[in-house]
Amino acid sequence: MNELVFFINNVIIAGSVTGSIYAIGAIGVTLIFSIMRFAHFAHADMMTFGAFMVLLLTTLFPAAGTSIGVPTALVMLPLAMLLTAVLAVGIDKAFYKPLRAHGVKPIVLVIGSLGVTLMLQGLIRLFSGTGGQSLYVDDRKEIFRLALPFEGARAPIVITEPQLYLFVITLVAVVALHVFLNRSRLGKAMRAMSDNPELAQASGINTNTIVAVTWVIAGGLAAIAGTLLSLDVTFKPDLSFFLLLPIFAAAIVGGVGHPYGAIAGGFVVGFAETLAVFNWNVLLRPFRDSLPTWLELPSNLAFVGTEYKIVVPFFILVAILVWRPTGLFKGKVI
Amino acid sequence: MSNSTEPRDPTYTPRDATPARRFPVREIVLFGALLAAVLAVYALMGAAYSTRMLVEAACYAILALGLTIQWGYAGQFNAGVMGFVALGGFCAMLFSVPVNDAFWGTELPGELGRVLLYGVAATFLVVGASRLDRLGVPGKLRTLITVLLALVLYLVVISQLREVTNQIQSQAGFVGGFGLPAWVGWIVGGALAGGVGYLIGHVCLGLRSDYLAIATLGIAEIIKAFLKNSDWLTRGTATVSPLPWPTPGPAELGFTLSRAVYLSITAVVIAVIFFLLHRAYHAPWGRMIRAIRDNEVSAAAMGKDINKRRLEIFVLGCILMGLGGGMLGTFNSLFDPQGYLPLNHTFLVLVMVILGGPGNNLGTIFGAVAVYIIWIMSEPLALFLMQLAVSFGEGAFGWDAPNNMDSRALQARVLVIGMLITLVLRFAPKGLLPEKITHHG
Amino acid sequence: MSLPMSSTTPLLEARDVHGGYGGMNILNGVNMTLNANEVGVIVGPNGAGKSTMLKAVFGLLNVTQGEILLNGQPIHNLPPNKLVERGMGFVPQEKNVFPSLTVKENLEMGAYLKPQNVKRMLEQVYAFFPPLVEKRHQPAGELSGGQRQMVAMGRALMAEPTLLLLDEPTAGLSPLYMNEIFDRVRQINAAGVGILMVEQNAKQALAIADKGFVLAAGQNRFTDTGAALLADPDVAKSFLGG
Repeated sequence: MNELVFFINNVIIAGSVTGSIYAIGAIGVTLIFSIMRFAHFAHADMMTFGAFMVLLLTTLFPAAGTSIGVPTALVMLPLAMLLTAVLAVGIDKAFYKPLRAHGVKPIVLVIGSLGVTLMLQGLIRLFSGTGGQSLYVDDRKEIFRLALPFEGARAPIVITEPQLYLFVITLVAVVALHVFLNRSRLGKAMRAMSDNPELAQASGINTNTIVAVTWVIAGGLAAIAGTLLSLDVTFKPDLSFFLLLPIFAAAIVGGVGHPYGAIAGGFVVGFAETLAVFNWNVLLRPFRDSLPTWLELPSNLAFVGTEYKIVVPFFILVAILVWRPTGLFKGKVI
Repeated sequence: MSNSTEPRDPTYTPRDATPARRFPVREIVLFGALLAAVLAVYALMGAAYSTRMLVEAACYAILALGLTIQWGYAGQFNAGVMGFVALGGFCAMLFSVPVNDAFWGTELPGELGRVLLYGVAATFLVVGASRLDRLGVPGKLRTLITVLLALVLYLVVISQLREVTNQIQSQAGFVGGFGLPAWVGWIVGGALAGGVGYLIGHVCLGLRSDYLAIATLGIAEIIKAFLKNSDWLTRGTATVSPLPWPTPGPAELGFTLSRAVYLSITAVVIAVIFFLLHRAYHAPWGRMIRAIRDNEVSAAAMGKDINKRRLEIFVLGCILMGLGGGMLGTFNSLFDPQGYLPLNHTFLVLVMVILGGPGNNLGTIFGAVAVYIIWIMSEPLALFLMQLAVSFGEGAFGWDAPNNMDSRALQARVLVIGMLITLVLRFAPKGLLPEKITHHG
Repeated sequence: MSLPMSSTTPLLEARDVHGGYGGMNILNGVNMTLNANEVGVIVGPNGAGKSTMLKAVFGLLNVTQGEILLNGQPIHNLPPNKLVERGMGFVPQEKNVFPSLTVKENLEMGAYLKPQNVKRMLEQVYAFFPPLVEKRHQPAGELSGGQRQMVAMGRALMAEPTLLLLDEPTAGLSPLYMNEIFDRVRQINAAGVGILMVEQNAKQALAIADKGFVLAAGQNRFTDTGAALLADPDVAKSFLGG
């Protein structure tokens, strides 16, 4: 029984947490891809920037959340989303728009976004230093232990306060995005532009507005993803390339240009990671006595060590590119 | 630029002037300035330091040539130069470091060989299982069997491997090297990098160009993670040093002279690469590559095998990166997997190429040397500027500077490299020495 | 507006239009006049610049010389979304729907600049194209070619244009659908919309045309009423297949 609880804690909960974060990041990447047709390599650093804004604001006003009983970091999240959105629109105006106006190939925009990612990294680390910092400045991280009402289950299911917030915020963000894309005039115009940019323009849709809206959404979502990640563990300014690969893998697994596919892809990659580093020996332990004696199980039955976690999204990426470059779900290829 | 050479005789009319070769003013000015900069460094920093800088710049020039044929000749963007460089450095280490008797003298090599054989056998089994449908097994069942078999066999092999590698680590430290000349390692490093490039290119080159960038970025981090964590093979964070040079070392000739000898080797390698690339660029093969880059659709319509050509050029670029990485690793006489950083080994090379002139070999070499000098000199400069800012801040408004100022100052270089990339893309997309496109017909 | 609008101001006027892609001129001086509520048809051999002229009118092409006037106002080199605001609608030949959007959403996009009209115009468009009613919640990418053409024309009509540009609306359609589309074009015109279309089925198109423009090598070869062009033996011999 304890082994099952261990599995729930280390796979189900951990996988949902990572999956949610990847999903929110991947939605932004896939939206940018579908509107501007390039892989935005600066996305992970936009996430870091959002989390850093939360950290700054929380350090400035550490007690803002105590009066309403939520962590200050979450109170600051909407403001950080706004700032990140402004940053995203500004970056587009300053760096990507001139390149687009020259009619460059998408790959040049990719290189441009790598330049942007370095600038963001440099700026953030210049101000934050390179070490990790907790977003819980004045608050305490609550940890809930749910004891199972079964005999023999001594270990409780452990879930932390930020993880609960994370699930709620992910759900709200996904539902809000769904409503926006399917009910609002702007959201439909965004889907139209992703389908057929020339026709969107011929319908009178101002493509510059759509591009700006896309950056606002992508920036806001990046701030959410970065903050949730930093709340769950700590704020680290140097995650960039380690986040980028799973997020891109998620977007491609879901089929580039599909927001819902990106969500599914995020969870696929998140669970794949936790399943791959999980030590399966734990689950086999209860059956140890009934196993044949010649079978000597090694103590470590994980597929990859945690230090090789990055192999998992890469493997998924390569597998999907080899077998189904269009993604797991039916859809257009951009 | 062709108008900038003024004829000496005012009555001269260029009536019978052949339009064949313009006078390379820009090249001469830029390389003249570069020479002046090198001499200035020699004067300021001394011969030993400056020669070291030149050798490193030469190794970077090989990396940059690798990237310029991928990006400049063929429009393929490799965002993982670091990984190929690290592979080259690893091979240089593995082949040149002395033989470790604590490993070879025991039963451990046999054990390792046994596990590797298991791995090969397991691969054959899985491949066999994936062909089961030819024996009449339904497709879905075959896939299920294959996946399950692959998972179980993988677990068996990997846990065996973990056992052996742990033993190697505890009994012998690490496997050690082969005690061969360093150049063997360089060649094998190039071949290994080319092999990895082949696998990546095979998967990605038929797809959107972005995917290649994503995949190369990923493989670079994976190669680094592997080298960093495989203590039994590379000593991991403990690093391996010294790596023997193929030329007389500083102990025999002194720093300056030994480095100069090393420099001459790198110069010969660059000259050979340069010559071969020049030949290839103007050969039908090079024209075909550029035709594909400039207009994929019509090149395909003319019956060119696009993906095969692309794969060739990508692998060629990776080979050069592996080779350059090997030479760089040997020269540093240190194999430190953690020292491979995307900034130093991917983006720096990228800046060299796009600033120098993608597709122009001479421009790329210029970019490599020029950017490397700026890069090396920027470190003390950044620290100096930061000190200045701190003392100004303290003096003017009593700012209490954080204590890790030095590491932060170095972050400013990240910012500058990023800025350079975006600015060059926007304002000088063809670089300082643009590729000369000759139109045929 | 500098000039007072009179009844004699043509809806669309093109004077000596030159233009092309990437430095290569395809149009070498095209002239066109179309009055309000007229049907204009551009015909001519392949490569004559028919579709290019339509794109020039809709601001999708750099006009290097000459001018294009809509209701007496110069419009060349205005971006398409500005032209939609001024009452122009464009139906491209290919890729003329948003495949992943439903039929209804496709139509809504047509009225993007006039969201207050959506409801009224939807009813009108459904009345024009009854087959779309039952398909309205289906993604447009799943429809047949003829139905897609209806969606495309309906989308353009949603903005209540005064001038509708159609680029080969019957290309690739079965004869049954072809006749249906020509009927619809006539009906749309009867509802007060000026039409400028490029057509391969020159005879059928000229039969409903008030004005016909026969282009060759980027210039007007013949310009007359549709009926007159059909009757002209020279036109018939060289452009209408005898």
